[in-house]
Amino acid sequence: MDWSYTIWIPLLPLIGFLIIGFVGRKLPYPIPGLIGITGIFGALVLSYITAYKYFFVVNADMTFEPIKAVETLWMTFSDKLHFNMGVLLDPISVMMLVVVTTVSFLVHLYSLGYMKGDPGFGRFFTFLSLFTFSMLGLVIATNLFQIYFFWELVGVSSYLLIGFYYEKPSAILASKKAFIVTRFADFFFLIGILVISYYTETFDFLTLNGMSESALASAGSTSFMGMSVLALGLTLAFVGGAGKSAMFPLHIWLPDAMEGPTPVSALIHAATMVVAGVFLVARLFPMYYHVDGGIVLSIIAFVGASSSLIAAIIATTQMDIKRVLAFSTMSQIGYMMLSLGVSGYDGHHGLGYTASMFHLFTHAFFKSLLFLAAGSIIHAVHSNYMTKMGGLRKHLPITHITFLLASLAISGIYPFAGFFSKDAILDAAHMHSPIYFWIGWFVAGLTAFYMFRLYFRIFWYEDREYHHTPHESPLTMTVPLMILALLSVVSGFIFFYILPFGTYITPTGEEFHMHIDWTLAGLSLAIAVVGIFIAWFMYFKKNNKAEKVANSFGMLYKWAYNKFYIDEIYMFVTKKIMFGVVSAGWMWFDTKIVDGSMNLIGNTTVKTSYAIKKLQSGKMQDYVLAVVVGAVALGAIFIYIWTR
Amino acid sequence: MIQGIGVTDFFIISTLMFFIGVYGFITRKNLITILIAIELILNAVAINFVIINKYLYPEGLHGQIFSIFIIAVAAAEVAIAIAIVIDFYRTNKSVNVDESEMMKY
Amino acid sequence: MGAQIMFYILATVIVVFSFLAVTSRKVMRATVYLLFVLLATAGLYFIIDYNFMAGIQLIVYAGGIVALIVFAVMLTEKIGDKIESPSNMQMILAGLISIAGAGVTISVLLGHDFKQSTQNIGQNVATIGENLLNYGKDGYVLPFEVVSILLLASMIAAIVVAKRKFEN
Repeated sequence: MDWSYTIWIPLLPLIGFLIIGFVGRKLPYPIPGLIGITGIFGALVLSYITAYKYFFVVNADMTFEPIKAVETLWMTFSDKLHFNMGVLLDPISVMMLVVVTTVSFLVHLYSLGYMKGDPGFGRFFTFLSLFTFSMLGLVIATNLFQIYFFWELVGVSSYLLIGFYYEKPSAILASKKAFIVTRFADFFFLIGILVISYYTETFDFLTLNGMSESALASAGSTSFMGMSVLALGLTLAFVGGAGKSAMFPLHIWLPDAMEGPTPVSALIHAATMVVAGVFLVARLFPMYYHVDGGIVLSIIAFVGASSSLIAAIIATTQMDIKRVLAFSTMSQIGYMMLSLGVSGYDGHHGLGYTASMFHLFTHAFFKSLLFLAAGSIIHAVHSNYMTKMGGLRKHLPITHITFLLASLAISGIYPFAGFFSKDAILDAAHMHSPIYFWIGWFVAGLTAFYMFRLYFRIFWYEDREYHHTPHESPLTMTVPLMILALLSVVSGFIFFYILPFGTYITPTGEEFHMHIDWTLAGLSLAIAVVGIFIAWFMYFKKNNKAEKVANSFGMLYKWAYNKFYIDEIYMFVTKKIMFGVVSAGWMWFDTKIVDGSMNLIGNTTVKTSYAIKKLQSGKMQDYVLAVVVGAVALGAIFIYIWTR
Repeated sequence: MIQGIGVTDFFIISTLMFFIGVYGFITRKNLITILIAIELILNAVAINFVIINKYLYPEGLHGQIFSIFIIAVAAAEVAIAIAIVIDFYRTNKSVNVDESEMMKY
Repeated sequence: MGAQIMFYILATVIVVFSFLAVTSRKVMRATVYLLFVLLATAGLYFIIDYNFMAGIQLIVYAGGIVALIVFAVMLTEKIGDKIESPSNMQMILAGLISIAGAGVTISVLLGHDFKQSTQNIGQNVATIGENLLNYGKDGYVLPFEVVSILLLASMIAAIVVAKRKFEN
């Protein structure tokens, strides 16, 4: 079968980007948007065709061999060092193609309404197309170099979109923060790539994943700080992934990234780019599993679980609805990481891997729905703070219903999408270690609580008077909401019972049967219901119970409200310790020796110039006199030397 | 060929002419007289070319052709120099070279 | 013998009038002295049988350039104007360096044994013309064209510079 057409999946948004970027930015509303939507729609159709052909036509016998659809040599430096670009089709990349194009298409559609009247309308769609191109290039990467290339491209498009409202100082700061933090993590990723490719002598994913345990052991036989170099390289690569996926302690950029326009938050900072880290680990999963008996996976599991817990606790205290959702995203990505970290390899042990991808899939829909609904609310109320909201169910009926459905989905209520994926994750965690299960279980309760805190606070609580009566958003905005709501409701159900994920996406490619362990499922359902009930108790009607509860938690509440002071710790470390103490010596050297010598040279030059300025009289004849004197003197000297 | 007159005699003439020109260039204050000094220098060089052609390499014509080019360039140079002098005079009401120092600022 | 006497006369004229041209306190006189120098140079060319060169010297130098300078003098000087004499310091410095330079050069000239050719080849105007327009060996068509462009450019430049209007 000819797969070469798949190259057009990323190229169509790229063409859109180029057209809007070069000629379309000044065109009147809505032409730039329509160009962008056309590009992404083409990619969407191609992705769906690809998914259909890959899962149901080519691999009808359930083998799911990876296919290199396209591969070209891009750069050659030496015989060993050369970079390829191409398209790799395997279950996760095809799944990601579907997720990215679907969410991206809906967000494009939504933005058509949301960004109407914005002076940067064309610019917005330019960047959005650039992002879509980069993200698609990332998921189809055939090798580490290509993934890194697009990794940086999504980073830069994220930077551009966070700083979209560049007149706002906070947006600029947020974009810089996001860029610096992720870039800092990417630096580790780059080192990781170099280490891995140096010892295995390849960038290619298929070669890397195809290496046997013994081959990996011999390739990484050098050990460093108690780990083999390959394990170290993989850990470094994971640090890059953790930076992009906002894992603790590199998550600090994600809440601030909410300065960007809301559709951007939905697309980049909820559904697609932030799961790039998860995707990276999943992409190299066989390698992670085989190197040093999976030692890196235990790190991943720990980081995932702690991020998930910390983010969920912080989310319960935040007042800015987008920040709540940001921390919720971080918490859910923590789930995915945890799930990958606890996963085994063969057969049913690979449940964690499958569950992680399943959660990624469902999460993309309900979290982007939550963000888009939040965008719709913000559009109507003109504020991000839930204290300025309440009783909105009457004004925004469609948003209300879709938000409720998404909240139910993320809380893991049967039969909404989140239930199946979250249950699979908890199941996998339980197989590995009960501690992780209980952490995940507790986080599930917190999730239900903070989501319904948000829901009740926004849509019920009190009937307040608004300056401008909020009204429902236009059709371009509500239609994507409804589509996503439908997906949030049914995607879990369909992909558990009808087309089970365990059949299609597994670490080895062999199918296994997924089933629900009703004991665990019952436990998580129970705590979710408890969480919802507490939220209802505290926020259904206007009251001061919330404050009382907050006061009774005292310090803990204050800590969580201030995000456990992690930003402050970073500031302390960078400003006080790094700039203040560590660099003080260098600073002294820099100001006294380096600057001093430069100043000395400068001052000497200035003084000398003043001294010899008089020579530069501007009188041409003085100059000529000097020239002639010099010429005669030189002539005389040379003649003297030659004729001696 | 002139009986009793060698190439050195011509060279001495042109050398004297050249250095008189240099002297004039350095000491003169009037732009036009400076121009005259320059003409002397150029002319001395042109003589040299012609004499070298005549006495040392008579089979070729390179010296004369160079001389012709020098004369052509001198003509161009004088044309522009005169234009500048006139312009300068209109600006300063003087052709004194000391006034041209203001270009320095 | 006659040519020899002629040479000495011309040489004297050249040196004396060169010196006068750079020391005269009146510009118009200096210009006339320059004209004498240029004429004497043309005379030198005549006595070595380079009639074409002498012609050019007369037409372009003595005829064209001196006329230009005369125009410039008439446009910028009033009758009876005298140039201020240079400072003594400058005169002494310039005189010393000029004498030193001439001395060095002449001493070298006298010390060098020139391989004088014994052939006495007169010139042929046709050959000069062919050489100027020839692009083969001994051809000068490229510098010829460059010079013609230079002349055109300087002509335009002279017009542009001198034509500038002032708002006073």
